[in-house]
Amino acid sequence: MNRELLQLKNQKPLKVVIIDYGAGNIKSIQFAFKRLGIDAVLSNNPDEIIAADRVIFPGVGEASSALKMLQNSGLDTLIPTLKQPVLGICLGMQLLCNYTEEGDTKGLGVFQVAVKRFPNTVKVPQMGWNTVSNLKSDLFKDIPENSYMYLVHSYYAEHCDEAIAITNYNGNYASALQHKNFYGVQFHPEKSSTAGEQVLRNFLNIKSY
Amino acid sequence: MLTKRIIPCLDIKNGRTVKGVNFVDLIDAGDPVEQAKQYALEGADELVFLDIAATLEGRGTTLDMVLHVAEQVNIPFTVGGGISSVEHVDALLKCGADKVSINSSAVKRPDLVNELANKFGSQCVVVAIDAKQINGQWKVHLAGGSIPTEIDLFDWAKEVESRGAGEILFTSMDHDGTKNGFANEALAKLSSLLNIPIIASGGAGNVQHFVDTFNRGKADAALAASVFHFGEIPISELKQKLNKNNIPVRL
Repeated sequence: MNRELLQLKNQKPLKVVIIDYGAGNIKSIQFAFKRLGIDAVLSNNPDEIIAADRVIFPGVGEASSALKMLQNSGLDTLIPTLKQPVLGICLGMQLLCNYTEEGDTKGLGVFQVAVKRFPNTVKVPQMGWNTVSNLKSDLFKDIPENSYMYLVHSYYAEHCDEAIAITNYNGNYASALQHKNFYGVQFHPEKSSTAGEQVLRNFLNIKSY
Repeated sequence: MLTKRIIPCLDIKNGRTVKGVNFVDLIDAGDPVEQAKQYALEGADELVFLDIAATLEGRGTTLDMVLHVAEQVNIPFTVGGGISSVEHVDALLKCGADKVSINSSAVKRPDLVNELANKFGSQCVVVAIDAKQINGQWKVHLAGGSIPTEIDLFDWAKEVESRGAGEILFTSMDHDGTKNGFANEALAKLSSLLNIPIIASGGAGNVQHFVDTFNRGKADAALAASVFHFGEIPISELKQKLNKNNIPVRL
């Protein structure tokens, strides 16, 4: 057995915490990690979140009510201070941005970008499989350009310097973002077949920032 | 580019997959969890589980089955059949369903659409509409298609969109089970009237029917059951052929 494998074998399993603040479908994310052999924990306990090796910030639903739920548990101030790799998914990603038009909501301000509504010249929500391209960062390691990911959303982050993937729907927008240890994906990796699984695997393998 | 979706529908009764021909004769066609995994492997873009017994006999969709599907399947799925309350939807979503589909219950109490959209977001609210033509007019039918109403298909579709539906699943009862193609004229009209995705359902018999429903019917997704369950149209083959016809699909 080579050294790398030995190291892997002796490693303690990563502690992954999925922030449970009452917004959305977190069971699917938990199951997706289980398929990768990781027992992700659901928690809204600040100590447990701070102690995790990886933090998932999920979210489905409406932005202003999701933000209220975060505020009620004080997580809105905790999340931007986290030091380990954090992955915002869908609304989680949008809430990490500066601002979202949905419910005229101020975000947590990690990503310096605004979230806007798709115009009615296209069907809203965008629902289904679209491609991700201009892939940057280790989050997309071993994922080919133009891989398909599953998306369901009415609001989008504008294309910006922090974009590590773009998708075209009525023009290019940022379908993934990175700022230091914070990552965000608009698509649902937990529902995006093998390509999505690779994103989650990559997130687990990202070295701490 | 956003792709057109291919959605196998698994009609569920007593935890098993069935497919009704014109909603009446049911043939047992397998275990839903195993089928779901197989379809995901073959390239299905999404799955729909309809608990047909729940509507007709008033039973709730089996949460257990939803949990097992969510555990083992890495593509999105919708659960429908007998759903009439926010609490029921909450339980389904907590078990891992991505969307729910409501039908008769929305007609009986349209506010349900608003309540679900407000609480869970439009993205998980699919309104299923069963309709057939009566004297040239498309009329909404309830309870698995067994009860006709005076409600016009297009009026109702507009209304549920304004109430917050994220998607319409339109089944033409005139076409369902016939294998003669989808109701493309009505589908195209729905697509031009509404700004949310439309899923075509009822009538799939061959590959050309899918080509037609995307080109002529302007559908965003196409749903079928028996042609997939009995292997008449393998999904991977279907998507290759759609691609050759310049219809964007995930390969």
